[in-house]
Amino acid sequence: MLAAVAAASYNGDPVFAKGITLGVWIIELVKLVAVFAIIMVGVLFMVMYERKAVAYLGNRWGPNRAGPKGWLQSLADGLKLFFKEALVPEGADRWVYRAAPVIAMVPVMVSFSVIPIGDTVTVAGYTTRLQLADPPWGILVMLMASSISVYGVMLAGWASGSKYPLIGAVRASAQMISYEAALGLTVATVVVLTGSLHTSAIVAAQHGGVLYHWNVFRAYGLPAAIFFVAITAEMTRPPFDLVEAEEELAGGYNMEYSSIGFALFYLAEYAALVTNSAFFVTLFLGGPDGPYWHTIGPLWFVIKVLAVLYVYVWIRATLPRLRYDQLMDLGWKKLIPASLAMLLIVAAGHISWRWGLAALSGSLFAFILLSRAIEVGRTQVEEGAQAELESP
Amino acid sequence: MSFLAATGLAIGSAWALYGVGTALVLAGALGVVLLRNPVHCALSLVTTIFGIALLFVDQHAYFLAAVQIIVYAGAIVILFLFVIMLLGVDRKEARAPENVRLLVPMALVVGAVAVAELLALARLQYWAAGAKSTTQSLSGPGSDIQKLGQTIFTSYLLPFEMTAALLVIAIVAAVALVRRRSQPPPAPPRKSAGALRHPARAPEAPGAAVRPAATAGAGRSAAAATRSPAAAASTPKTSNETREGRAVS
Repeated sequence: MLAAVAAASYNGDPVFAKGITLGVWIIELVKLVAVFAIIMVGVLFMVMYERKAVAYLGNRWGPNRAGPKGWLQSLADGLKLFFKEALVPEGADRWVYRAAPVIAMVPVMVSFSVIPIGDTVTVAGYTTRLQLADPPWGILVMLMASSISVYGVMLAGWASGSKYPLIGAVRASAQMISYEAALGLTVATVVVLTGSLHTSAIVAAQHGGVLYHWNVFRAYGLPAAIFFVAITAEMTRPPFDLVEAEEELAGGYNMEYSSIGFALFYLAEYAALVTNSAFFVTLFLGGPDGPYWHTIGPLWFVIKVLAVLYVYVWIRATLPRLRYDQLMDLGWKKLIPASLAMLLIVAAGHISWRWGLAALSGSLFAFILLSRAIEVGRTQVEEGAQAELESP
Repeated sequence: MSFLAATGLAIGSAWALYGVGTALVLAGALGVVLLRNPVHCALSLVTTIFGIALLFVDQHAYFLAAVQIIVYAGAIVILFLFVIMLLGVDRKEARAPENVRLLVPMALVVGAVAVAELLALARLQYWAAGAKSTTQSLSGPGSDIQKLGQTIFTSYLLPFEMTAALLVIAIVAAVALVRRRSQPPPAPPRKSAGALRHPARAPEAPGAAVRPAATAGAGRSAAAATRSPAAAASTPKTSNETREGRAVS
């Protein structure tokens, strides 16, 4: 009920209610610059945070020379990269080669604009949300960005005119497309719970109370886990980093890039990490709202994003890389059916508990059928391989 | 005064949206037809898709705009690129069709007929071009995804389900074709096996793009052999007109 009311009353940012005046322009401009600054500072921080945390998890010191306790290391690395020579390999497709880093960067930047960092604030008579844009397509921006960012990786690998990058790019595009389906289905679960695509409505529906309003509990936990795994694979973070496996592909799709091109890929990777952690917080962890002290929204938001980011670093330091067939198995045979079943169960449970129970039992039945089918398929493939071996 | 300015801005932004969308669609379409490199053509197709998404936004069909990008730009053109890269037709294309003399007038006639048909439909029948409205969306206020969902799952339930069944049947058929028991004998051994291991790779179409160049001379003789993509895919010895082949020769 609450969700339906919230959905009906949300119609974009209230700042536009009185028409577009000079004040509105200034406010939007300030918000634009602020979002850009948040991403940049977030990336600089995250690079250091990751190196430090991985070092401590590996019982090392990590970078500790540049600046106080080494915290300016990522800035120094960035400056160094920008002063290097930008090479274009001889076999490269120049136009696409130069465009690919930008294509990787832009969607991430755009998708951060819909993340609600706080509730509304009133400045000089203008009431506005603490988010750059609240478009009617809302959370779909995230799916759009993740589907467009495939182009950055894919075109970089192809345009480099070299083999390892191409293999990395082909791996990347297959992996990203595979996990996009599970990602979309879990997002749909949240949209069903909320009844709106607006990110502001999604966080408003989770507002108040002590934790139990959060979508991670309202969706029975599993969709949040699936979403987390799917965005990890989508970003090609460890343990899904087959795309840039150093031992096999010498670095993968960005191997031939130097200087600014490489810096942009690096930037896009970490910006995606920050943005997708923020999306995880928005969709499942209540966005800018904590268990207590509901007024300090932005602070809660930052704390939660940092916690999610730490989980990423932790995973990177802990888990070994998946094999390619394990990756595809996980994506197609486990995550997609599970997210589909959870979508049905959550939607049915949203109507009444009887329907929820019916959907649950139906899903369990389908699960048994599916595992049997997979088993039969596997034995058939093995028999086929055996027959092929035995035939001359 | 501010009301006038706001109205002016609204109209201006609507026109800008329409103008940019149309320009993107047309530029992309021209690129698809005129560019030589298939990858560039596919990217032009993406441009067209973005333009169409903008036109959807202009029509207040926000959900369709988003889906246009997610499905078409994010999945379908990616698959095109995938196939282009795997088949290794990314540098040489069948540039000279067989019968240019016959094809050009035929293309002109068919194109003219299609344009005339479109214009006639747009003038005569509103179901083809949509009814005209300049002030608001015709289906009334409210979120478009809600209206779309209700329409699909009530009035158009049968076509929707049939489309879904069609897609499932197509997928099952594709899997059945690939997983046939009686497999043709493997291709003649190459110097080194293709480095690419991917389930999407059909055994009949080895990834020519990522195979090491067989000989230096293969690149030169390939120009004649790569008249059609099919030929390029089926003759592994001569299809090495990739950047690798060029670099060696």
